[in-house]
Amino acid sequence: MYGTGLLKGLGITLKHVTETFRDDRKSTPSRYEGSTDLKGPFRIMDQPIDQEGILTIQYPEERRLLPERFRYIPMLIWDTEKEEDKCTACGICAKVCPPQCIWIVRDSDENGKPVARPAEFYIDAAVCMSCSFCVEFCPFDAIKMNHDYELAVYDRYPHLVYDKAELTVPVEYYAALWPTQFGEEERLRLEKEEADRIKAEEKARKAAAKAAGIDSDAKDGAAKPKRTPEELQALKEKAAAKAKARVAEKKGTGDGSDSGSGDAGGGDDEAAAKKARIEALKKKAQEKAAARKAEADE
Amino acid sequence: MTDAVATPTIDQALVNSISNALPNAILGQWAESTAPGLLVSPVELLSVLAHLRDAEQYDLLSSLTCVDYLNYGGKQRAEVDERFDVVYHIYSTSKGGTHIKLHVRVAESEDGEFIVPSATSIYPGANLQEREVYDLFGIKFDGHPNLRRVLMWEGFEGHPMRKDWKEAYFDEESKPFKSRHPAKGYEFHEDALPWGRNTTYPAEWDPETWEAPITYVPISQAPPPVPDEDDLNGHVETANGVHINGAKNNGIHAHANLANGTNGTKITLEPDDLELDTQSLVVNLGPHHPSTHGVFRMLTRIQGETILALEPDMGYLHRNHEKIGERNTWLMNMPYTDRLDYINSMSNNLGLAIAVEKLADIEVPERANYIRIIMAELTRVVNHLWSIGFILNDLGALQTPAMFAIEEREMILDLFEEVSGARLMCNYLRFGGVVRDLPSGWLKKAKYVVDTRLPYVLDELDNMLSGNEIVRVRGRGVGYLSAEDLIALSVTGPLLRAAGVPYDIRKAEPYCIYDRFEFDIPTLPNSDIYDRYYIRLLESRESLKILRQALRDIPGGEVQGPPAYASATLEQGFGEIMGGKGGYNFRPPEGEVYARIEAPKGELGYFLVSDNKANAYRYHVRAPSFINLNALGPMSVGYKIADAVVILGAIDIVLGEVDR
Repeated sequence: MYGTGLLKGLGITLKHVTETFRDDRKSTPSRYEGSTDLKGPFRIMDQPIDQEGILTIQYPEERRLLPERFRYIPMLIWDTEKEEDKCTACGICAKVCPPQCIWIVRDSDENGKPVARPAEFYIDAAVCMSCSFCVEFCPFDAIKMNHDYELAVYDRYPHLVYDKAELTVPVEYYAALWPTQFGEEERLRLEKEEADRIKAEEKARKAAAKAAGIDSDAKDGAAKPKRTPEELQALKEKAAAKAKARVAEKKGTGDGSDSGSGDAGGGDDEAAAKKARIEALKKKAQEKAAARKAEADE
Repeated sequence: MTDAVATPTIDQALVNSISNALPNAILGQWAESTAPGLLVSPVELLSVLAHLRDAEQYDLLSSLTCVDYLNYGGKQRAEVDERFDVVYHIYSTSKGGTHIKLHVRVAESEDGEFIVPSATSIYPGANLQEREVYDLFGIKFDGHPNLRRVLMWEGFEGHPMRKDWKEAYFDEESKPFKSRHPAKGYEFHEDALPWGRNTTYPAEWDPETWEAPITYVPISQAPPPVPDEDDLNGHVETANGVHINGAKNNGIHAHANLANGTNGTKITLEPDDLELDTQSLVVNLGPHHPSTHGVFRMLTRIQGETILALEPDMGYLHRNHEKIGERNTWLMNMPYTDRLDYINSMSNNLGLAIAVEKLADIEVPERANYIRIIMAELTRVVNHLWSIGFILNDLGALQTPAMFAIEEREMILDLFEEVSGARLMCNYLRFGGVVRDLPSGWLKKAKYVVDTRLPYVLDELDNMLSGNEIVRVRGRGVGYLSAEDLIALSVTGPLLRAAGVPYDIRKAEPYCIYDRFEFDIPTLPNSDIYDRYYIRLLESRESLKILRQALRDIPGGEVQGPPAYASATLEQGFGEIMGGKGGYNFRPPEGEVYARIEAPKGELGYFLVSDNKANAYRYHVRAPSFINLNALGPMSVGYKIADAVVILGAIDIVLGEVDR
């Protein structure tokens, strides 16, 4: 019959209309069951990836729960413990910023000598393209991406040029906003501090021992025999060979060696099978490329 | 990559074939280390191009661009005097494989002009590209039918991409600008100019007495096209030089009779029964229009409702992308590529990443390659869902199919937001990998979307739209252009595949690790709007195939440990994902490269010239939407004015790419 296509299309539209509300009632009795009440005037909706039914979020009464990596305008971190900016005015963020929207003036002390802290720090939010290069290349974890997107003002200058006071947030705010990344950074920072502390203690111990005239490396007080240059050379070569072997082994056993396969079941078997599959695909790709090249040559 | 990349060489058989046929044409080779090309003398250029097209089946002129070597800082051009180099990249759709690259060095003539013979007589697709080179560099193409500005406005003074042309808010020659750190505080740009918030007029220029130099006849004032009476196989040539060839009319009742044939069309205008004296009218589908996919203007000459000629007019979104690209450092260009085809940002990022990695010979780790493939194919599905929705929108189905298609797109964009921080401007790829690893739980969500939601929505759209009578009647036979014409007009992407040409860069010249995946290239024979819509549906299904394989095979799987971040204080993120080249002061070696990818809209190519500095020397984007618009005019002739909108929608343009 002429017109069945149209009727089918209309049927699909009708299905969408009814299923939208039916799914909503079936899966979540309340539309707002997934929301987390953080502030009074609006709810934050956690929209899962398998959301069926109503997909629209009624802004501004409902707002989406943003993923941790959401980036908009940067913010400067204030270290509450040490009571200072983490920023040292090194200027790397100003150098990597693609639209060049960061202006930094380094501070100086009473005598005019430059100090590692910014006197002025401007970001032109109208120019910022939210690329997060400044965050990526800051060596001091001093600038991070904020999640605030409601920045509308009535005039561009001067309200959209943020100075240091407007950009600074305490480190607790950053920790609450980016929990995983902050956890990682803290863990590495503490590890590094621990390693530094151990090294410093070792150094102090050696210095004290030297001052007392004892060779601190000896296990039972006897002096360690000095190595001859040939022995040192042989040791160096052995170390280099070991390092090369380690690198070759790492390359040979494939990639993803950091955390291993994350699948719950299967484990080794599955990883091995996957590796074999990748190797087979690589070989097939090489053969195909060779065949293609041979064809092209003909 | 798996096998070591050997030094690229030129196909010697091809070189021999050209030099046997035309002994004086090739003057030498250029850029042997990175991207070898042949130097061709301007006098012999057209014969070389004709020989390549006819004898060697190199039928697709993919990219025609120009380089201004005025401030070149490298050593390779020490003995070369000529300032401009016009570069041609030509491919073969039948043979596949890599390109043949031609360089034409342009010397300044006595009257200070730079003149090169136009390639439009051999490759009509050079039309818009030569106009762009004339507009931005000032090189005149001898024999071009319509040589006027395309991206800048008529009456613009100067040629912006030349190295000695500075724009209004010119700060410094290259970034980073010294004024940002450590010396000065914030300064308003407008305060630095004598005219305050206005742009400047050139010196000694008076707006009162200036008269526009008319060197062309605008379509609104041109006489209507007259068919060639004596020549039965003749062609119709309109005033702006649009060649109407091979238009086929499949059952559409129109006042104009169009004969079949690929070498010519005959338009006979039959008088009405009432002998009304009608005249053709120029109607402007102006830049402010809801259906032109952005600020885009189409000038149409119509007789009644039938289109006699159509000319696109673009440049309203021109943002100086290539000149900014020359000021930026190499890494700074990455977020700018997001803004090119702003619907498919991961795809644009991939093109630039591949180009720079080819130039600097950077190896990409396995896991990063798999992540890139997943992102690229998700982007393809994103684009095709959007495109199908908007073709239907242009047909008049007021947003309902568009909204159904876009629902699943929202989920993919949520995936992008979770991994990179932004839905559309992802800025996720770097030279040597991706910026950071996938967060935990992402692969599970991606698998859910790819296995459950996307096949369901594609099937639903298929059921709803493919059998729909309105879509069939309005889509079948509309906007036909034969495959040979499309290739001659440098069209690439789904339009070619909807005309029966199985040319897909993922198979013809594989990049990244596409050669490991099993997928097909669907083609459809009819080359009309219906096929252009349906091919996108089929291609999305192929993308899902690739996605399933990639999600299954990704090395490392679901990373259970804490997610990696590419921060300078954390060593995580580098190594496994980044490949070690994370620095922002990265300097690739001297040379040039042209790398192309199968973007969802066509062939997206990046032509980069480096003189071993931190900033790019020449950065050119071969935008598929811009070059596919070559076909818009010939495709629309003979159809109704209402079809013009859908034909434009089926070409699927994005103004960010068209105008850059």
